[in-house]
Amino acid sequence: MKVSVDLDRCCGAGQCVLIAPEVFDQGDEDGIVVLLEPSPAVDLHPVVHEAAAVCPASAITIDDSH
Amino acid sequence: MRENDLDLLRLPLPSDNPLEPPAEWERLRRQCPVSTVELPSGDKATYLTRYDHVKALLSDARFARPTAEDEGAARIAPEGAGGPAADGSSTLTLPDRGEPHLRWRRQVGKYFTAKRMTALRPGMVRTAEGLVYDMVRQGQPADLKACLGFPLPVYVICDILGVPAADRDRFSHWSDAFLNVSRYTGEQTRAAYEEFAEYMSAHIAATRAEPGEDLISMVIGESEGEGQGLTDDELLGTAMGLLVAGHETTANMIGKMVAMLLADRTRWERLLADQGLVRTAVDEALRFDANLGFGIRRYLTEDVEVDGEVLPRGTTVVCSMPAANRDERVFTDADDMVLSRSPNPHLTFGAGPHSCLGQSLARTELQVTLDVLLRKLPTLRLAVSIDELQRVEGLLVGGLSTVPVRW
Repeated sequence: MKVSVDLDRCCGAGQCVLIAPEVFDQGDEDGIVVLLEPSPAVDLHPVVHEAAAVCPASAITIDDSH
Repeated sequence: MRENDLDLLRLPLPSDNPLEPPAEWERLRRQCPVSTVELPSGDKATYLTRYDHVKALLSDARFARPTAEDEGAARIAPEGAGGPAADGSSTLTLPDRGEPHLRWRRQVGKYFTAKRMTALRPGMVRTAEGLVYDMVRQGQPADLKACLGFPLPVYVICDILGVPAADRDRFSHWSDAFLNVSRYTGEQTRAAYEEFAEYMSAHIAATRAEPGEDLISMVIGESEGEGQGLTDDELLGTAMGLLVAGHETTANMIGKMVAMLLADRTRWERLLADQGLVRTAVDEALRFDANLGFGIRRYLTEDVEVDGEVLPRGTTVVCSMPAANRDERVFTDADDMVLSRSPNPHLTFGAGPHSCLGQSLARTELQVTLDVLLRKLPTLRLAVSIDELQRVEGLLVGGLSTVPVRW
């Protein structure tokens, strides 16, 4: 799994941080997403998929082909 | 395809009981996802009910809520009713579009990060426990909305703004006057706004002199030296926006969430058996709520195509998030409340650049409410039948006027 985030689209809702804190964080300066782990371990895949699905700005993209 | 004007739909649409969605939503999503509706003001708007359409339009950064300057924009209520929150007048002096909006949003939004909301949680738990304790002391039946739903979010907002606990009840009153179009006249709403503005201006000045840990202090502190901080007017608008956006909405949601969970008590029992479901149950309550109000308006500043139809520039679109949240194209068993639903990409907080700034706060408040009630009052039940629950007659924020409970 390869995760990428679109910083321009991010609206700082923080849903991804609540769901998958191992993978996502928010910057203290602007509340915008910080990608901690672009290639998360397999056991985290379900929460990463959930975070991407519920992101209100559709700012998280997942490539499962990696 | 549009409805014939003779069959023109009028908002709000009727439904069988206060917790049920209007039957019309299902038909509209299927047959007429882009329809014409009349608002209580008499103005006409285009009404969207399908998930994909609602999400796409809400996410479209080109469009925002209509303001007084937008020619021909559909108003929700007749002239004057509902105050600044309803007519989008410029008393909320906040940038609402483009780069300036983005700047404001990031400046204030950073206070609402998930981590910060988690840090506020223990304080919220103490506040909620205190309110439940007072409710139990007063005896049963009690109105859960008045005892817990209404005070909790305003107390939390006061903490966030650094307002002393002694002044919380004044904030409750102002918030009510800003939003309750049926109980207050336009004049009373204006008077409340003036009192609020006077109070907040003094509070902002005092905070500038002696900053603390609150949001106002944070924004003031960071703007120093950068030359691009928020002005006092913007701080005032921000405080008012937080109160308007964060109080009545959350207060009503607390009441509706508890009512929905108790309406079919097997839901409550499922949560008692597995409190790990609280997080997903809160989002499912947010999705399932049929009383969110009309939806969010968008003013089209250019033509846009929806479902193969070109909506011309100057159109006001009403995006019905609650109808979209029941769209069976996206949600399996959309008309069932599935407490473990995951993922749950509901649109209750909107989507895109204007999606609810305080959604982590609202989620945390709702989760705290549920945690505390399950722990302190496991025997909680509705004291009336579902049919006896009454809807709030407000225009902006849907809810139940009371939520009578026993335990």
